[in-house]
Amino acid sequence: MKTNSLFSLVMPLALIPALVLTNPVVNKKTVTHTKTATAPAGLTLPTGFEATVIADNLGQARHLAITPQNDIYVKLNHFKTGKGILFLHQNGDKSTVANSFGNYGGTGMYIKDGYLYASSDEDVYRYKLNAKSEVINPDAPEKIISGLLNRREHESKSIVLDNDGNIYVNVGAYSNSCQVKDRQKGSMGRPGCPILDSAGGIWQFKADKLDQHYGDGVHYAKGIRNTVGLDWNQQNNQLFIMQHGRDQLHDLFPDLYTVQQSAVEPAECLYALKKGDDAGWPYIYYDQERHEKILAPEYGGDSKKTAGEGTIDPAVAFPGHLAPNGLLFYTGNQFPERYKNGAFIAFHGSWNRAPEPQAGYFVVFQPFKDGKPDGKWEVFADGFAGTQAQKESGRAEHRPCGLAQGPDGALYVSDDSKGTIYKITYKK
Amino acid sequence: MSTKRTAIFLSLIIMLFSLGSYAQTKHKSSTHISLATSIANGKNIYIQNCASCHQTDGGGAGNMNPPLIKTTYVLGNKTTLIKIILNGFSDNVEINGQTYQNTMASHDFLKDQEIADVLTYVRNSFTNKASAVTASQVKTVRANNKPAK
Ligand code: HEC
Repeated sequence: MKTNSLFSLVMPLALIPALVLTNPVVNKKTVTHTKTATAPAGLTLPTGFEATVIADNLGQARHLAITPQNDIYVKLNHFKTGKGILFLHQNGDKSTVANSFGNYGGTGMYIKDGYLYASSDEDVYRYKLNAKSEVINPDAPEKIISGLLNRREHESKSIVLDNDGNIYVNVGAYSNSCQVKDRQKGSMGRPGCPILDSAGGIWQFKADKLDQHYGDGVHYAKGIRNTVGLDWNQQNNQLFIMQHGRDQLHDLFPDLYTVQQSAVEPAECLYALKKGDDAGWPYIYYDQERHEKILAPEYGGDSKKTAGEGTIDPAVAFPGHLAPNGLLFYTGNQFPERYKNGAFIAFHGSWNRAPEPQAGYFVVFQPFKDGKPDGKWEVFADGFAGTQAQKESGRAEHRPCGLAQGPDGALYVSDDSKGTIYKITYKK
Repeated sequence: MSTKRTAIFLSLIIMLFSLGSYAQTKHKSSTHISLATSIANGKNIYIQNCASCHQTDGGGAGNMNPPLIKTTYVLGNKTTLIKIILNGFSDNVEINGQTYQNTMASHDFLKDQEIADVLTYVRNSFTNKASAVTASQVKTVRANNKPAK
């Protein structure tokens, strides 16, 4: 760690709320497990699990997909040289880049029924796979969706498919809370938030139809500020998404919210979506401590007034700003029975808690029973950030982003900071 | 260098600077604020208005918010820098070789002296070293300021 005057002044102060706020939250959820640190990946996992680094220094590795042959496709973002999709071949505990293609950055990567799907920040492509799950024509993908809104903020497009030939894409709102002036202190909300027409929701398209635009799709769910992690739940046959909750309650409305409140509120929500659902952004946010939908200060809220009639409740509400970037329902047989059909969530880690200590940078497990959350979430894999100081300052070494399941039931985690791919296995 | 020695070293520098600026300006105006005071006041303004995005160590946050460490904007032209605070910034430019996705709002609600202080703080923190920004410079830029969009 660099020692500059500010850092040395602030860190001792930052540690106090860290002890008060962060630790109890995390410890409470993890008491059921004894932890073993597994070298060399440096992750802390429940007993019996092991993590290996199977690839490193790939670049900004966003989402990833594993083929039935155990090969790996990784989507890269903001790459400067090379290509935007990597094809990695596994060999024991290591992997090698066998191929790379795609001239666009982006986030989405998904395999379904013999096709690889990939997204840029505006478009969605697909590539036909051969019997070995290799892309047949890497330079000529089919462009299935184009012209999705990208106004810098919340620009990434994540994708997932159902079992009926549909693909779901998030279009994040290009705004924090639909203020007249985005992120400006005291600026009020735009009446009838016009962003919601073409962003701040999930759109459904046909997976096999070329060149679809907004008009060809179904505006599947609205009032969702931004989604990066999403997955199709096979048990319920239903779409689940993780919303990134709003930022800066204190910065924008200092008279209504303390710095400490603003660091942990509002919730990062897991939603189970049905067609036509409205999650309420920007008019409300979810308070995970009071378990209530609160009227946003931009729309006349006072930090207590509830609102949001007709909007859905979250299935699970996590602490604020942890940035859920990956969601995966585990359907494999390798992990112990209690993990089956439960949700893994990769939390990229916060930035909007400063000057309070940052948090997240871990993979969480939320148990499910009969398609419903069952019991408390727990930290499953931790240690991506490095030391506690690295975590709390936000200067994390690695940041979990994408999740994928291998044909043998292994869990893969991508890191878009250093480009590391972790493989987590269970040894009986 | 140990934390303590860095702190002592920095406070010495700040003292020297403030003595220097005091010597230069003592017969100009009695309202002139020393560099050390400006930096100290600027730090408070920074924590309240900037740290949630640019972080307390000035290092920024991922692909969202850029660092304020030796960037061409922080160390460069003061008019451009003052305008970033007055008008906000979302031009999708490369900042030391990387682009950032978040939106910085206008901070024109800050007073001239507050903007001068926060920029002076930024330009003399996080390993940056650059001349102070004064309230009169902010005043001039504000008077001629045409909002970008
Ligand atoms: C809501 C988050 C946010 C807040 C609050 C914020 N900024 Fe920024 N700032 C940004 C973003 C994002 C950019 C880059 C915008 C772009 O790329 O177009 C930026 C750019 C800058 C730049 C120019 C680029 C660089 O890195 O040198 C400076 C200087 C700056 N901010 C200083 C400040 C100061 C001083 C404050 C407090 C008065 C502040 N910012 C508050 C998000 C923020």
